Amino acid sequence: MKIPGLFWGQFRRDGALALRQPGELANPLAFFVLVITLFPLGVSPESAVLAPLAAGVLWIAALLSTLLGLEGLFRRDRDEGTLEQLVLHGDPLVFAVLARLLVHWLGTGLPLTLLAPALGAMLALPEEARWPVTAGLALGTPILVLLGGVGAALTVSLRSGGVLLALLVLPLFIPVLILGVSVAELAVAGLPTAPVLAWLGAGAALALVTAPFAIAGALSIAVETG
Amino acid sequence: METPLLTVRQLRCERDERVLFADLSFAVARGTALQLRGPNGAGKTTLLRILAGLHPDYEGEVSRAPGPLAYLGHRPALSGLLTAEENLAHYLSLTAPGTDASAITGALERVGLAGYEAVPCQALSAGQQRRVSLARLPLLGIAAPLWLLDEPFTALDDRGIALVTTLLEEHQAAGGGAIFTTHQPLAPRPGLETLWLGSEGAS
Repeated sequence: MKIPGLFWGQFRRDGALALRQPGELANPLAFFVLVITLFPLGVSPESAVLAPLAAGVLWIAALLSTLLGLEGLFRRDRDEGTLEQLVLHGDPLVFAVLARLLVHWLGTGLPLTLLAPALGAMLALPEEARWPVTAGLALGTPILVLLGGVGAALTVSLRSGGVLLALLVLPLFIPVLILGVSVAELAVAGLPTAPVLAWLGAGAALALVTAPFAIAGALSIAVETG
Repeated sequence: METPLLTVRQLRCERDERVLFADLSFAVARGTALQLRGPNGAGKTTLLRILAGLHPDYEGEVSRAPGPLAYLGHRPALSGLLTAEENLAHYLSLTAPGTDASAITGALERVGLAGYEAVPCQALSAGQQRRVSLARLPLLGIAAPLWLLDEPFTALDDRGIALVTTLLEEHQAAGGGAIFTTHQPLAPRPGLETLWLGSEGAS
């Protein structure tokens, strides 16, 4: 029972690690909440001004907060030498990678999605767009974590890879951003949102079956050149 | 004749445009331990990484008997926030999933850390962390016939050094083999061989 053992072994370990350093995952979430609370204060508390911006602000904040959490995704493992053991023994590596990303998403993407309806209300997000936007975030944040993981794995050997990581993954995040925001526009216009949500779902499925392989490959290279 | 655990033929490795070793050939038979010696920068760690499969940039032939191997790098490869037990449980899930977790307690006892199971590794001293790392060896035992150890004696006290030597001897007696680096001169014993990298006798 090699593969389930690999996956759950890694899941338990990363879960325990995440619970022992709650700040690591809480920081991106706090950032998300802060950006959104500052917006009505800085721009205008008027619903008429905020409403058209709300979905865009939610998505941009979600995107930047994901980016904030990415840098540490594999860094500690590399510094401690556990990444070496993982690459050496964790064959096939993709399952350990999947477990790591799942823990990361449960700690960042999921709470962010759950908070979105409440924060949306604060930004005067139109009622009819509230649930479509939340559904969009539920489908879109896994894509962000998966694609971002590729960038994190590629830059893990670099001392200050933060800016490079942002440059690498932000262009990949843009389609997700555009689709996510257009869900809100469609909902406000009274049009069906399902087709765009289906696109996001397809993106998530595609990222799920490709990104872990790219991450595993990048981590192996990082260990071999390190 | 029994096939050796590891055979290296005509190995050559360059790093940063400097030849670390060329035309290097040796074999590790069952029941032998090979001590790698040589000055700093002679390529001992690189050689171990090549043998472990972690450094693909070399020429020549490395053939390893099938089966898992235990590789301990110069870092203890422990997560500081996790306890000794959790670190080893993760290691077991990678190397030998399905192993009874009670083996971990036994392995920690073996390396003199009974009672430290639930202490986060960052609260342990460097020598104790090294011992947790070394607990992987009794944990796997002969299930990993080949052990590759990079400076296993670092940070250990006299009893720790004696412990590693005993672990190696038992492993050899069980038919395993090991390659390890150290600058420590070791007492000669049967089955212990020395391979010099770089200029012989230089230190």
